[in-house]
Amino acid sequence: MADPMRIRAQAAGDKATIRVLMSHEMESGQRKDGNGKIIPAWHIQDVTATLNGKVVMTAEWGPAVSKNPFLQFTIKGAKAGDKVGITWKDNKGDSRSDEATVS
Amino acid sequence: MQTRRETLKHSAAVAGLLASTGLFPQYAQAFDKAAFDAKSVAEAVKAMGGAAPVESKDVTITGPDIAENGAVVPLGVSTSLTNVKRMLLLVEKNPSALIAMFNITPDVEANFATRSKMGQSSDVYAVAITNDGKAFFAKKEVKVTLGGCGG
Repeated sequence: MADPMRIRAQAAGDKATIRVLMSHEMESGQRKDGNGKIIPAWHIQDVTATLNGKVVMTAEWGPAVSKNPFLQFTIKGAKAGDKVGITWKDNKGDSRSDEATVS
Repeated sequence: MQTRRETLKHSAAVAGLLASTGLFPQYAQAFDKAAFDAKSVAEAVKAMGGAAPVESKDVTITGPDIAENGAVVPLGVSTSLTNVKRMLLLVEKNPSALIAMFNITPDVEANFATRSKMGQSSDVYAVAITNDGKAFFAKKEVKVTLGGCGG
């Protein structure tokens, strides 16, 4: 199981800005190891964001997203106290879900 | 909000290898390998179900003019268009052009920021695909001092 995500969700007016830092190696599949062999790609493929359990955004990422990915987006109609959930799944089948409260 | 039926129909329409995640059966997703393997901007947009992209002032891409470290280039995509279903972020000269794809529901703003790797100086593209399959783009040149793809 990967390390937890850091999620900040701040309400401003009738929307909330969500900032997420995930902990993932995001190996590109382009690099070579000491013996000249290509290190296989290992990256987050699917990201799902929920607001109070309802899916509001899904994303698909390739290996070109940076190591320890950062994501920022805005949810309309979110208010303080709402629960924002983020789930990612990588191409090796590992996944991680974390939740934060909008403040 | 997409229903499962719509999502599945949509996935079936997109040619390529489909692999359901199984994590969210009610929102079955399929990682679109064909799109992420695409080498050019036009190919990737086509694989994502958009027509030939047209440049538009309603789509915005934000990023640095010069990125010192190609491993971490902060890029943002946004659009003022309504009825947008997907936003794509692409780097033209990367080994595979497509960086990230965001599916938009009415509950989120079409405004995303993330960080990407860039192998060399290149044009970066934000593409918005509308519900009726039209694609609009904006581009920006980012110069990279130190590439971030190889090693």
